[in-house]
Amino acid sequence: MTEPRASALAEALRNHPFFAGFDTAFVRAISAKASDQRFDVDEYLAREGTEAGLLYAVIEGKIALEIGSADRPHLTVQTVGPGEVLGWSWLVPPHRWRFDARAVKPSHAIALNGDVLRRTLRTHPKWGYEFMVRFMPVLAERLENTRVQLLDIHAR
Amino acid sequence: MLADQPRAPAHAETMGHPFAPIPYTVRSVVLETPDTTTLVVEPHGDQRIPSSRPGQFVMLYAFGVGEVPIGVAGGNAEGQLIHTVRSAGKVTQALTHLTPGDTVGIRGPYGHGWPVANARGGDVVVVAGGLGMPPLREVVYELFRHRDSFGRVEIVYGARTPKDLVYYNEIQSWRRRDDVRLQVTVDAAGREWYGDVGVVTTRIPDCRFDPPKTTAFVCGPEIMMKLTAQALVERGVKPESTWISMERNMKCAIGLCGHCQFGPSFVCRDGPVFCYRDLAPLLAVREV
Ligand SMILES: Cc1cc2nc3c(=O)[nH]c(=O)nc-3n(C[C@H](O)[C@H](O)[C@H](O)COP(=O)(O)OP(=O)(O)OC[C@H]3O[C@@H](n4cnc5c(N)ncnc54)[C@H](O)[C@@H]3O)c2cc1C
Ligand code: FES
Repeated sequence: MTEPRASALAEALRNHPFFAGFDTAFVRAISAKASDQRFDVDEYLAREGTEAGLLYAVIEGKIALEIGSADRPHLTVQTVGPGEVLGWSWLVPPHRWRFDARAVKPSHAIALNGDVLRRTLRTHPKWGYEFMVRFMPVLAERLENTRVQLLDIHAR
Repeated sequence: MLADQPRAPAHAETMGHPFAPIPYTVRSVVLETPDTTTLVVEPHGDQRIPSSRPGQFVMLYAFGVGEVPIGVAGGNAEGQLIHTVRSAGKVTQALTHLTPGDTVGIRGPYGHGWPVANARGGDVVVVAGGLGMPPLREVVYELFRHRDSFGRVEIVYGARTPKDLVYYNEIQSWRRRDDVRLQVTVDAAGREWYGDVGVVTTRIPDCRFDPPKTTAFVCGPEIMMKLTAQALVERGVKPESTWISMERNMKCAIGLCGHCQFGPSFVCRDGPVFCYRDLAPLLAVREV
């Protein structure tokens, strides 16, 4: 990717709520090999079981996270929208997507390269720690929401 | 002291004997979901119940089966009433099987409704879970009728799946207003659903309101109201400006029999709408 494009992506990332306020050098470093991606309705950002090498920073649109199997219809368990991030399998071995991610509105996201992210976080522990301090609450919130889903709050 | 709102003395507003239901004729029936039906009923003769305020309930009598408390989802000057009923047992099953021309008995209205007037001058957030929408429907129209008296209005509606959403088309028409923000979400959905998926509490951070100047009206199953009220208070909405509507089994509906006791209160007489500030400690206790 050319320098100007990389810096445009870094700039867009700095405006994303998840990355806002991070060290500029960190945002620049993780923007290497990042790409600006647009998805039409029903286009997939990720397919369950395939190699997961990306973290998406969603800028616009809505993405459905779906799970399913051959013997039952797919179920959307969550939707992710602007300002949110999508994907943690790039961090956790064996780096395979655990769900399908399908655009349910025309969507725009910055796709960050998982190898670059892991390498940057490993070689710069201070950035790594700051990143985790932001990433963990996202995972904790999703876990909490899953618990609430299990409570079946609409049952009487 | 519960619920900081103007309180009328608890009494049966039905004329004559407090337990005598007034006959109403079923005018129309709409199947909302496989187990939930909306009934429009109108007075059989000259007698009708007094008009209700948003959040009040009536005792609906399925003749020969029994009587249950049901919220008033709407009404008009001709005395028509709208009730949305989910089949949960003997009486509600009979009510959901009524057809136009059938007769039901109604007494009421009872209880204290939503203190909509208290919200004037500030922002309002209305959060409904599943069948919590019918008791809030009239709140929404009250806000629409007096739209200039309120700041921002946010409506959040959650249900288990898309097929559990009631008044679906009517609610879509609210989206066309540019002075109201509507979020509809379900806990899980199939591929045919292009809306939000996630429990109703996940929508609270997205609501736009000025927390200290916001009044919240929350209705749904108890656990949903508890988690939503907690999420609202975490965002800075005052517990004393957060209102929830409780359900308990009822018999008399006029504060005599004690069937609907909830902690120190009777839901029929002191509620069903309560201030969250007063209820929060009780909601933390199991099996109250
Ligand atoms: C103020 C108030 C307003 C209500 N508004 C509506 C409404 O608008 N639409 C609607 O469909 N329902 C409403 N309900 C709930 C409705 O009254 C109950 O579903 C009904 O009483 C059940 O009676 P049943 O004979 O059909 O079932 P039953 O055979 O008596 O009970 C069936 C199941 O429902 C449970 N149940 C019974 N009564 C209640 C209750 N009050 N709250 C929670 N669970 C109960 C029972 O424990 C049992 O598990 C309201 C309840 C109250 C207190
Ligand atoms: S139902 Fe009798 S006291 Fe409430």
